[in-house]
Amino acid sequence: MWVRRKLYSVSQSYFDFFRLPAQYDIDLALLDNAYRSIQAEVHPDKFVTASPAERLKSMQIATLANEAYQTLKHPTSRARYLLHLNGVETQEESNTAMPTDFLITQMEWREAIEEAENAKDVTALDQQLMMMKKTAKSLQQVLATTLSNTETLPEAAKIVRKLSFIDKVSTDVGNIIARLED
Amino acid sequence: MALLQISEPGMSAAPHQHKLAVGIDLGTTNSLVATVRSGMSTVLQDEHGHALLPSVVRYLSSNEVIVGHDAQAQQSIDPVNTIVSVKRFMGRSLKDIADRAHIPYKFVDVSTEHDSRMLQIDTRAGLKSPVEISAEILKALKVRAEKALGGELTGAVITVPAYFDDAQRQATKDAARLAGLHVLRLLNEPTSAAVAYGLDNAAEGIYVIYDLGGGTFDISILRLSKGVFEVLATNGDSALGGDDFDHRIYCWVLDKVREDAKSFTPLNEEDTRLLLTKARQAKEWLTDNFEAQITCKLSNGAFVDVTLSAPQFVELTQTLVIKTLAPTRKAMRDAGLALADIKGVVLVGGATRMPHIRHAVQEFFGQEPLTNLDPDKVVVLGAAIQANVLAGNRSDDDLLLLDVTPLSLGLETMGGLVEKVIPRNSTLPVARAQDFTTFKDGQTAMSIHVLQGERELVSDCRSLAKFELRGIPPMAAGAARIRVTFQVDADGLLSVSAREQTSGIEAHIVVKPSYGLTEDEITHMLQSSFGAAEADKQARALREAIVDAEQLIEAVSVALTKDGDSLLSNEEKQTILANIETLKSLCHTKDCHAIHQATETLNHATEAFAARRMDASVKSALAGKNVENLEL
Repeated sequence: MWVRRKLYSVSQSYFDFFRLPAQYDIDLALLDNAYRSIQAEVHPDKFVTASPAERLKSMQIATLANEAYQTLKHPTSRARYLLHLNGVETQEESNTAMPTDFLITQMEWREAIEEAENAKDVTALDQQLMMMKKTAKSLQQVLATTLSNTETLPEAAKIVRKLSFIDKVSTDVGNIIARLED
Repeated sequence: MALLQISEPGMSAAPHQHKLAVGIDLGTTNSLVATVRSGMSTVLQDEHGHALLPSVVRYLSSNEVIVGHDAQAQQSIDPVNTIVSVKRFMGRSLKDIADRAHIPYKFVDVSTEHDSRMLQIDTRAGLKSPVEISAEILKALKVRAEKALGGELTGAVITVPAYFDDAQRQATKDAARLAGLHVLRLLNEPTSAAVAYGLDNAAEGIYVIYDLGGGTFDISILRLSKGVFEVLATNGDSALGGDDFDHRIYCWVLDKVREDAKSFTPLNEEDTRLLLTKARQAKEWLTDNFEAQITCKLSNGAFVDVTLSAPQFVELTQTLVIKTLAPTRKAMRDAGLALADIKGVVLVGGATRMPHIRHAVQEFFGQEPLTNLDPDKVVVLGAAIQANVLAGNRSDDDLLLLDVTPLSLGLETMGGLVEKVIPRNSTLPVARAQDFTTFKDGQTAMSIHVLQGERELVSDCRSLAKFELRGIPPMAAGAARIRVTFQVDADGLLSVSAREQTSGIEAHIVVKPSYGLTEDEITHMLQSSFGAAEADKQARALREAIVDAEQLIEAVSVALTKDGDSLLSNEEKQTILANIETLKSLCHTKDCHAIHQATETLNHATEAFAARRMDASVKSALAGKNVENLEL
């Protein structure tokens, strides 16, 4: 029922916005620099005494810069966005079909997390996070190649769905740890 | 150029005149005001040389109020009308206040069954909301600043705890408005401290700000790099501070007294306030001494004489210290950092003087915390620096603060669950939109419930506002497309709008109603504080309209001087100039309505210009900086 929507539409892509090449492998230091350079010009703090029209525009562009930066900074959202630019939607809400081996891994993770939660074992949960991070890293490594070839884009979309799942479980584990540590 | 002719007598100030801007730390226990003078951030003192203004307000009669040291000195003799630590009640309803049995005020609950409202306090001057009481403190600071600086203030940056929610932020902004202050920005206290510390020490790298004030605890993790202060994560507890340590001592003393006395009558309000004051003094004494003696005579003639040792104090309050570590851990986790990444830990807030706090912080981070700035003043010094920049006094634009939302924002969905729309620690400003649809055939209205907090159930989060989108054309269930947009601005304040996509039906609110004051209430308070005479009201409205007009003319003129020739056609420029002339001539009249309209027209006429200027800024930001490094 819920679909996340982009807010301020731009005629150019987020990559163009930061003058970065539209590809998965980007120089994150360049992204950081470009983001900070733009915020240094458009941030609402620079327009406190400006006209209402400029204050509104400043908030919109600064909001857009934040959205663009966050999208490109994180591997999963960057890959999802590249697919979107290439006309492939990852459809994570509706398409939950996963290969059998990944489903088995998922179940094992869920069980391990539940066990650790019941035992209030934060160390085990931390280890689970590390393990999922490693799995995510190895998935990310094949993204650059699968995203650079039109024929393998559906394959890239599958990887993004897996990564998205890992991100979600990682957030859940983080919340469990926070609850246990309260 | 003709544009510079705006600086005629009675009109706006010359473009480069120094603007009087201050930073204000509106604290639970003490408040301060500071400004930048000759390039140095300086705390402004009162005529007796005091920098700290105790955040204490005493109502003497219906129109006489005293604030600060004098009020503090009288709190034990008139506890019911002398309000201390009012910050704890900002944006809070009565049921939010946990320990109200020990607070000697006559609270009035104005909530209804379905609608939580900010609590009020019954004083001899009548019912007072925490917003009005805070406004008295702000007025005292405003008077102090205007006396010291010799002129009317252009604006102020007011600091708030990073963990303040939307209701508490809005209440603070309302208090400033009641005090007649123009708020340039609400600034998070730890971020403000980071600015003062970072600039003072040329700090670069990742720093933690551990800020334990009188009534609030914040932990913020920032990356400092070449004048950019980027908050990576923040967490805290907006109801935990030095006051709680006093309270633990107070309870301990009561237990002691009860043990000794055969028959113990409950304390009256004077005694409660007296013992709390004694408890605070004992806490402060124990910072540098091994034991503290607590002696006083109660109103029934009984003597209190007990000795509290430092180890006993640590034992009494260790759970409070531990309570600060859970948010600290969460912030570290949200920032995705290891302890080894932390370059330094800065202690802020008077309560961090307590040795066992310092010890706990040192143990947690494995490094000695930094204490080379006065923990009481570091927040206000940073706020003054930011106020100076925002007012436009500093031309070298090398200060950029990138702050975050402390708490997630969401909407109620089916089954009393919260769907998060903006997650905590999102960099500001931020906006998100989500679409949803009707679940019944022919449904024509949809109620939207906005919530703040991390928990999954609506009942566990803070309700910020409820509103209804009406007039949706009847359609089959699931056919309507309702887009709800959340926008959080640079002050951390939320506005929400909802729009049915197929019909264009729209509803927009600046989130306010549930806990905040309504616009009517503020207008009423403003009017009663400025004398209710109709002529006064009109004069004031006219003055405000002219100030708004002058500010707009100045802003547009500055923009025209800079970019008018390069971004506008001659025709477009003439249109704007003509609008400026119209507005300028109206400013000499007394027609408030016409001035408002002409101001609006001028602003509207510059919208395209504003958009082009912003696009040009984005282009120039990247030109010549990254181009040579790009692999295109």
